[in-house]
Amino acid sequence: MDLLRHFINGMSLGSIYAIIALGYTMVYGIAKMLNFAHGDVIMVGAYVCFYAVSRYKLPPFVGVALAVLLCTILGIIVERLAYKPLRQAPSLAVLITAIGVSYFLQNTALLLWSSNPKIFPSIIKRASIKLFGGQLSISHITILTIVTCVLIMIVLNLFVNKTRLGKAMRACSEDKGAALLMGINVNATISMTFAIGSGLAAIAGALLCSAYPTLMPTTGALPGIKAFTAAVFGGIGSISGALLGGLLLGVIEIFAKAYISSQLSDAVVFAVLIIVLLVKPAGLLGKMTQEKV
Amino acid sequence: MSKNKTKLVPVPSKAMIPERDIARAPVLECVNLGITLGGIKAVEDFNVTIGRTEIAGLIGPNGAGKTTVFNLLTKVYQPTTGTILLNGQDTHGFDTVQVNKAGIARTFQNIRLFKNLSVIDNVKAAMNNEMKYNLLSAVLKLPSYRREELAIHHRALKLLSIFDMQDSADVSAGSLPYGAQRRLEIVRALATNPSLLLLDEPAAGMNPSETVELMDSIRKVHEMFQVAIILIEHDMSLVMNICESICVLNFGHIIAKGTPDDIQSNPAVIEAYLGRKK
Amino acid sequence: MALKKFISLKRSENRKVFITYIAVIAAFIICQGLSMAGLLSSSMQGMLVPICAYMVMAISLNLVVGVSGELSLGHAGFMSVGAFSGVAAAIIMQNFITYAPLRLALAMIIGALFASIAGFLIGVPVLRLKGDYLAIVTLAFGEIIKSILNNFFLGIDQNGLHMSMLKDTTNLAEGGRLIIRGPMGINGITKISTFIAGFILVMIALIIVFNLVNSRLGRALMAIRDDRIAAESIGLDVTKSKMTAFVISAALAGAAGCLFAMNYFTIEARKFDFNMSILILVFVVLGGQGNFLGSMIAAAALTILPEKLREFADYRMLLYAVILIMAMLISNNDEIKYFFRKLNPFRNKQEAE
Repeated sequence: MDLLRHFINGMSLGSIYAIIALGYTMVYGIAKMLNFAHGDVIMVGAYVCFYAVSRYKLPPFVGVALAVLLCTILGIIVERLAYKPLRQAPSLAVLITAIGVSYFLQNTALLLWSSNPKIFPSIIKRASIKLFGGQLSISHITILTIVTCVLIMIVLNLFVNKTRLGKAMRACSEDKGAALLMGINVNATISMTFAIGSGLAAIAGALLCSAYPTLMPTTGALPGIKAFTAAVFGGIGSISGALLGGLLLGVIEIFAKAYISSQLSDAVVFAVLIIVLLVKPAGLLGKMTQEKV
Repeated sequence: MSKNKTKLVPVPSKAMIPERDIARAPVLECVNLGITLGGIKAVEDFNVTIGRTEIAGLIGPNGAGKTTVFNLLTKVYQPTTGTILLNGQDTHGFDTVQVNKAGIARTFQNIRLFKNLSVIDNVKAAMNNEMKYNLLSAVLKLPSYRREELAIHHRALKLLSIFDMQDSADVSAGSLPYGAQRRLEIVRALATNPSLLLLDEPAAGMNPSETVELMDSIRKVHEMFQVAIILIEHDMSLVMNICESICVLNFGHIIAKGTPDDIQSNPAVIEAYLGRKK
Repeated sequence: MALKKFISLKRSENRKVFITYIAVIAAFIICQGLSMAGLLSSSMQGMLVPICAYMVMAISLNLVVGVSGELSLGHAGFMSVGAFSGVAAAIIMQNFITYAPLRLALAMIIGALFASIAGFLIGVPVLRLKGDYLAIVTLAFGEIIKSILNNFFLGIDQNGLHMSMLKDTTNLAEGGRLIIRGPMGINGITKISTFIAGFILVMIALIIVFNLVNSRLGRALMAIRDDRIAAESIGLDVTKSKMTAFVISAALAGAAGCLFAMNYFTIEARKFDFNMSILILVFVVLGGQGNFLGSMIAAAALTILPEKLREFADYRMLLYAVILIMAMLISNNDEIKYFFRKLNPFRNKQEAE
């Protein structure tokens, strides 16, 4: 029974990682950059949601919607101001800029909301579901997280594969020059990718803080790194890879916490990542590209 | 134009090599070499023997698999079938580095220089394996370090002077004009002391006078280093002038082999290049 | 004499090396002079050793990022291995090597040794990967090292060394000393790092790295960085070259870590986290990949900057972030670069054309 409980908790944590990893993967796929500030967008989303719900007493659903809206705008602004001028720059310069943006967001949050941890109110206030005569209790937020993740995956997959904008995104990630020649607005497409990624990060922020309710300016950093790991795990650039990587990472982390050691769980997660990359150097679902000679 | 009149004679395996090389073992023997890339047989049944000092041409329409042959020989791709004997040694299981150490050096169709390194450092990098000093002597600048560095510096300059490039030795390789970049690639390949030099479209993008100069340089290199050369080239005047034997590839298969004169009159070759008469 | 030699240096590479040595020595003499004259504020005084340590870190990472062209996001891991092993060694040696500079030197060598072993063990898997995958695995290793050291206990008593993981089960005999205390790290360190030691380490690191870059290893590394396939085609052993660079870089980072740690009373594994790795990477990128002088200047500037921004109190880290972003934008965006160049009255004519 413990096993099942851990598994479900792992799936729930993994779902959050997967949603965050989507942001990393989509941005990487199209802009070929590691957006280290992504984790901090989660934190911003969580704060917006926190203030909307606990200060202004808005219904949780509205709070989340507001967070998504603001984070989407934030994502677009950041892309426009910090990343767009560096489209032709070496990737390391962009990476450092992303780190700068990350520091910026964290310290702005520190000034606005102070470093005191806030206790995040769960966006669902219902008792846990008891199964097997009370042996297994699952909170609503766990179920909501998993369901949200599945929904997001389905919608995103449809979007990327079936719509014109989705096709434009895929075209841009294959070859920006060719996409431009085909009349695709590459800049708008990249902006849109950032917008979607940031919106998803806001959802992830609300879910993350509902499950682990302490909110600080650095809340997003570690989940951000782990979700990035998850994206690489599944094969960066691949949407289904992000889902798979996120879920696996969540399950491994919870199991490592339960059966090995809670202090060493992060080490276990990263060790598994290393082993996976050694066996499959492009991640589980990533495609290996051979350079043409 | 003076044409090559080398006579090709058979070796025991019935392959043809230049008469002057008959007393020595061939530098390269490919037996049934082939590779399947993405389900397509990119090269199949590639049987070629190259004499110790032969200059061979590898021609064929675009997409015929010429560069793939080079990639097979240098193990950028691992062959799916067949064997490659290099100086009599089976190169099965070798990687690119080992193949180079065994004697093959090459240039690339889309120039691959070390762009941020100076011209002379491009050449020196290729002499890395002949230097023996260890890291400690480098850190402490011991005599062994100074001696070997000085020696390769002179050798590198000498090699560059064959192609009249000694004056741009300290220029960064990426800033060289196109023709010079192609020549530097040849120098770099030569610096590894190969017994077989593979030149992938050395004259691509050159104007006629540059091509003539290149042709002279290739002859000079051939004479000085007594190295076997296979060259892929679309410039027929260069190929017919310089090559002693020619191998024509189409759709991954050899459709003709022989002296330049044989090839020019071969109906299968004419068909491959010009299409069938209706 | 020196000037004559300087003029006779034909190749610009050699000149760059020479300028770097001169600049470091001059900076040392100035700082030492100011410090002896009592003109340096106590906060500046306290930063001298960390700056030296960061400079060595920047040099060491620049060997990997600038010269070999591989992105490493876990360099703080090697720093922490060097710090912990070096400090532990110094504490063990405390009773029988009383001459502090010798003890510090030995501790740094031991730190470098342990870090290079870690570098080798990590290099085996890491260097099989490429690009961003390599980067993420170095990040992962950095985090693993941090987790392990955070849960590691090491004690000494008359029976020798005792170690354990997760829980303190060293069961030391009476009079024994628990050196590494898991999450508490090491405390009660005798501060023996000095600015002079730091300066010497910087110079040693520079000599090692410059001489290696100008050797066959350096050429091989840069060739592989520029074009791996071409490098293989001329017989350069990619893995071996990269491994050598990686191990040397780790060793330097270990020595730097030891220097850094011996400047404080306590160290904890948490200090050497991802943010530290990133900080060092920032030095390298801001100073210029492959540009050792630049990355040392960046290391010094970015260590002093937050202190100088202290008057802005709460806003200082925000300003730091803005400066970082601006620096990247200015140095990498052509339009902005052009804009600034027009403003610069000292621009030279050639550049303006």
